[in-house]
Amino acid sequence: MTKTPLTLAAAIALVASGALADDPVRIGTEGAYPPWNFINDANEIVGFEIDLGNAICERAGLTCEWVLNDWDTIIPNLVAGNYDVIMAGMSITEARSQVISFSENYLPPDASAYMALDGTDESVIEDGIIAVQSNTVQAGVVADGNATALEFPTPDETISAVRNGEVDAVLADRSFLVPYVADSGGELVFIGEDIFPGDGVGAGFRQSDNELRETFTEIVLEMREDGTINELIDQWFDESMGRF
Amino acid sequence: MFAFCTDPSTLPQWQWFACYLTTGTHFAFYRSFFMVMLLLAITAPIALGMGLLGAMAVRSRIWPVSWLGKGYVNIVRGVPDIVFFMFVPIALGQGIEWVFHHINCPDWDQPIRQGNDFIVCREAKVPAPNAPAWVRSTYAFSMAVIAYALVFGAFAANTLYGAMQAVPRAQVETAEAYGMTSGQVFRRIIMPQMWVYALPGLSNIWQILIKATPLLFLLGIQDAVYWARELGGQKTSLYTYPHPDWRVWYFLVLLSFYLFLTWGSERIFARINTRLSRGQATAAGERLRKAAA
Repeated sequence: MTKTPLTLAAAIALVASGALADDPVRIGTEGAYPPWNFINDANEIVGFEIDLGNAICERAGLTCEWVLNDWDTIIPNLVAGNYDVIMAGMSITEARSQVISFSENYLPPDASAYMALDGTDESVIEDGIIAVQSNTVQAGVVADGNATALEFPTPDETISAVRNGEVDAVLADRSFLVPYVADSGGELVFIGEDIFPGDGVGAGFRQSDNELRETFTEIVLEMREDGTINELIDQWFDESMGRF
Repeated sequence: MFAFCTDPSTLPQWQWFACYLTTGTHFAFYRSFFMVMLLLAITAPIALGMGLLGAMAVRSRIWPVSWLGKGYVNIVRGVPDIVFFMFVPIALGQGIEWVFHHINCPDWDQPIRQGNDFIVCREAKVPAPNAPAWVRSTYAFSMAVIAYALVFGAFAANTLYGAMQAVPRAQVETAEAYGMTSGQVFRRIIMPQMWVYALPGLSNIWQILIKATPLLFLLGIQDAVYWARELGGQKTSLYTYPHPDWRVWYFLVLLSFYLFLTWGSERIFARINTRLSRGQATAAGERLRKAAA
């Protein structure tokens, strides 16, 4: 019974603050982009961003839950209020910043690389057919150049397109391609130079949701300082991914 | 699943497959088949009900009702399914939240639409912000059922309307001569007889409904097609069970599943057709009568 006054006070404080503090923050992710975010064999959502997001929520004292959403509709469903944050390997770009707002980047600008079958000539970068995932920074890069872009809804399909010769090469985040090259036993190789589109990867928020964005930014900056993010990068990526 | 699954990379092939096919994601894949069948089982009667209401509305002598029925049947049939599947959950979801917002939070002073954002107060959120996962999935599933019932109800309405018109005029005239009211004619003469004329059309709609279930993925529901694509894609050594692109095998499983489903339902429809043709003034009914005699 001694607990009652405390609970009551807490309840009043909660009602007064307008929102209930125990409402979970819902984080939307694609779940198809290893090692950033993916579904493992046990049907759990795992990856770099899941570990990072959970760490941020823990520091902020928030309860977080993860929501899977198709990549192509990930922004519309955020602004419609189906979840509150996007953490899905999303590069901060000008076009996206007009619709949603981003936290400070939690990964440095990531290299994008061209991957092709062994023996492919580098000139395909200039005038070949390049597979990209739709609505990505890489799709924008290829569309601006002379090469023909072939867009796919999921990252996995871009890899298959290279393997079966439908395209000459794929342009994607280098960190996403590394395991495919490593596992292919020489069949798949990187070609050409890496490029650096985008301003790093950040968490996306509704533009009206400044409070949550500032909380995330504050903790991201803190984690960049104290090495927490670098430790997570060590755990999930190889040395080609930049560090803070 | 099995005790020997602790280190899959060292297993002989059959054990590797035994472990691989019993992972958490594979069970989700198997469950998704039941989900598809559950959706069909729930949607079909609702769509049929919508169709019956729609057809009765079209036939109605009260012009606003008939106008509403015609509008529903023609608009929904004319718009691509995929547009409806994207439109209904968003429009309905936001519509519900909009109504709750005005009921629950009359003191709210900020606009609901702020730039790109759709913002309602906490009390108006559907499902509630702290709703458990099963409530959210039930909500998403209900949205899917509504979207399917709306679309397929319109097709069913048109079929049933045609079937009602196909009941021989002589039957209706006889009933009228007996002094039945138009309501009695509808219930006693038209309703029982129209099904035999509606059946081919309804079986068409049913088959199309089966084939439309992969659109579920658009509604954020992880159906069998989603899992086939997810599981079949190449898995690098980040995963416990790395494998090359196996989508063709997963799609083959889907193919068999859908073929089995349509084959099974075709047989059931054939039986229903025989049952309904009994005693009807149709060619099929006449054949049955001669066979029995």
